[in-house]
Amino acid sequence: MDWLNTIVQGVLLGGLYAMFAAGLSLIFGVMRLVNIAHGDLIVLAAYLALVVTTALGVNPLLSLVIVVPLMAAIGYALQKFLLNATLGDDLLPPLLVTFGISVIIQNGLLEVFSADSQKLQAGAIEVQSLHLANGLSIGTLPLAQFIVAIVVIGGLQTVFYRTAMGRAFRATSDDPAMAQLMGLDNRHVFALAMALSLAVVAVAGVLLAVRTNFDPSIGPARLIFGFEAVIMGGLGSLWGTLIGGIVLGVAQAIGAKVDPGWQLLAGHIAFLVILAFKPSGLFPKVQHG
Amino acid sequence: MTGAPLLDIQDIQTFYGDFQALFGVSMRIETGQIVAIIGSNGAGKSTLLKTIVGMLRPKHGCVTFAGESIERLAAHHIVAKGITMVPEGRRLFSSLTVEENLIIGSTVARKGPWNLSRVYRMFPVLEERKAMQATALSGGQQQMVAIGRALMSNPKLLLCDEISLGLAPTVIHDIYRQLPAVVEEGTSLVIVEQDVVQALKAAQRVYCLQEGRVALEGDTAAVTREDISAAYFGI
Amino acid sequence: MSATSFLVVRSTRFSRVGLPLVAVMVFGLGLAPYWADRAELRLFAEVFAYLALASLWNLLAGYAGLASIGQQAYVGLGAYLLFGLTMLAGIHPLATIPLAGLIAGIVAVPVALLIFRLKGAYFAIGTWVVAEVFRLLASQVSALGGGSGVSLPVGIVTSIAPGRETREFTLYWLSLALLLIVMASVFALLRSRYGLALTSVRDNEIAAQSSGVDVWRIKLLVYCLCACGTAMLGSLIFLQKLRVSPDTAFSANDWTAFIIFIVVIGGIGTIEGPIIGTIVFFILRQAFADLGSIYLLMMGAVAIAVMMRAPRGLWGIFTARFGWKLFPIDRRILFEPGGEAR
Repeated sequence: MDWLNTIVQGVLLGGLYAMFAAGLSLIFGVMRLVNIAHGDLIVLAAYLALVVTTALGVNPLLSLVIVVPLMAAIGYALQKFLLNATLGDDLLPPLLVTFGISVIIQNGLLEVFSADSQKLQAGAIEVQSLHLANGLSIGTLPLAQFIVAIVVIGGLQTVFYRTAMGRAFRATSDDPAMAQLMGLDNRHVFALAMALSLAVVAVAGVLLAVRTNFDPSIGPARLIFGFEAVIMGGLGSLWGTLIGGIVLGVAQAIGAKVDPGWQLLAGHIAFLVILAFKPSGLFPKVQHG
Repeated sequence: MTGAPLLDIQDIQTFYGDFQALFGVSMRIETGQIVAIIGSNGAGKSTLLKTIVGMLRPKHGCVTFAGESIERLAAHHIVAKGITMVPEGRRLFSSLTVEENLIIGSTVARKGPWNLSRVYRMFPVLEERKAMQATALSGGQQQMVAIGRALMSNPKLLLCDEISLGLAPTVIHDIYRQLPAVVEEGTSLVIVEQDVVQALKAAQRVYCLQEGRVALEGDTAAVTREDISAAYFGI
Repeated sequence: MSATSFLVVRSTRFSRVGLPLVAVMVFGLGLAPYWADRAELRLFAEVFAYLALASLWNLLAGYAGLASIGQQAYVGLGAYLLFGLTMLAGIHPLATIPLAGLIAGIVAVPVALLIFRLKGAYFAIGTWVVAEVFRLLASQVSALGGGSGVSLPVGIVTSIAPGRETREFTLYWLSLALLLIVMASVFALLRSRYGLALTSVRDNEIAAQSSGVDVWRIKLLVYCLCACGTAMLGSLIFLQKLRVSPDTAFSANDWTAFIIFIVVIGGIGTIEGPIIGTIVFFILRQAFADLGSIYLLMMGAVAIAVMMRAPRGLWGIFTARFGWKLFPIDRRILFEPGGEAR
């Protein structure tokens, strides 16, 4: 029963990791860009939520109303004025520029907020839990976050497959030159995709801020978790990313149960094992030509 | 048919890096015409179409469409003005279904007779397969999707790059049979073909390109087979 | 036209003048213990270490197209091998340096087999994961201090050389020697046919493959050589620091971020670039390091600006303007008079 508890906790943690991964997956799908600053942007969102919550005295979850559009706008501007110019055949420019952005965000946050650990309080929900049968209990907050993750991923799927914007994303990803002949401005489409990605990042950041302590330096680790979830789940599949996140969460939970110092290592080992035996991931999407 | 042409190309020179592909090509297309551009491989036909539609920028020369200078415009702006292309090799979007490929063609919301039901009327087989992945269709059907997709933007001028390539003769015949109707609905056509016979049957005017230059131009009714052979092969 | 006789020329006018000058400088640096004070010697040793690391990263990312952001894995591995082999296996500290290189080169093989399955930027993050795994494993080794690390025992320190001054001179000359070995190896590799193969892979991987270049093998070779060199540098660096801990040994900031900045600002894909980059980096550090995180923020902004506006870096600007090549590795054809002159 103890182990079942552990696994359930791991599954719920996986929802958070899937949130970290979703934005990353989206951007790679649309424009083959991997944003090294992705984790730091999640942390930036957490700090923005901190500022909003402190300034307005509202519940952190309410801060989403401001943080999400703000991060989306940042994403649009970032892509349009900086990252679009790095896209091309050479993989180094986008890699190194986003690496530079990562360094800038980390140190900028350090300057403004210091290295002190922060956390947002969401109130009573943090300590509540649902008691299910036979001593199995689930924290209400982790459950709520898991549900949010499913809703967000479902929302992204809907956008991609049932809206005009999603059609534009898929077409531009398939064939950027032909997409232009449809009247689509690639630069605008890419900027929209980044805006959407950072909107998801905003939600992930707020979830993170409420769940654990955060400080300017934890960005890279979030990037790695998101990345591991994407690779384990399989490139190109959003639901696969959710499964990947769950696998990671469960691996970490089991590792932590064996020995608290083993939590992170267990996750990385699970990732390396899947990389060794199923390099395309658990649910790879068939690549078109 | 008198007055300003729909498309006026003057002295276009297009380069790929240091390599010159077009050496001062000039051409006119009148409203309501079908114009054929023929020539062997590497003559510069596709390069010319890509230059017109904005996928390539000419180093010298100008392209005037309905009185407006467009050679410096980006492709997505040119499409909004009313020129689009059915590209060589179809280039359908593989992540989209047949119907989605058609719908995305109408992103530029120009007014005109072409819409989803009109396209399905022209190519009924597409309606049967509208939910399939576009790249799962046969070559001929994919070509129909590509043409339909281009028409969905209600262009005033449609450039067709080698639409008969790789298709069976009956399929080619079926597709070409639809072209006069397209012109009647208000879209002028430029067709680039290696199949000279088919091109001459469909068009009123013909240009023959040879190594990046216009080697022959004239009304299809007036040119002889000898003229064309001479121009095509550069004899 | 009877241009049948031609020369394959490898040097340029700049290199014919520049290289001898460099030799003189190196000789002067070799004598540094006799004209520089302790603090300057330490600074030089640090500069040598960063330059060597940067040259290796440049080979990896700029030539082999393996954009790793996890080389700190091997710096840390080298550091921990030094401490482990001396403290737990009783091996002489100076002997552990080449040994660490060898072990790291071997460890790099299975690592490469795993992460080469990832492409492009995903490969980059994969290297970061590997570094994290190494760091976590190191913090599990309680014999070497676990998470807080350990200091090098006095006995091992003194076994390097009897007197303090002799020790410092020895370590300084070792740093210089290791730098020269690394740079000479990189230069030799790039001048050889492997280097030609590498450049072709960098320019167009598919074309290289179809010309018969075994792309995968070359990348594996370069990755392992770089792991070997990076680990040796890690051992030497921490031999001078005298203390190791997981966070310092595997610091992404020190061993990846700074190195990347050096190479980007100096010029990726050129041998000379890291030299310029290291000089600029240390000048900036002397001037601004007091500013702490603002300094790092500035470096990030400068790196981005250079990447966007001058992607070939400072050296690239010189090469484009003046055609300078200090370490010429390409081959030009010079036709004899009577044919076409180049």
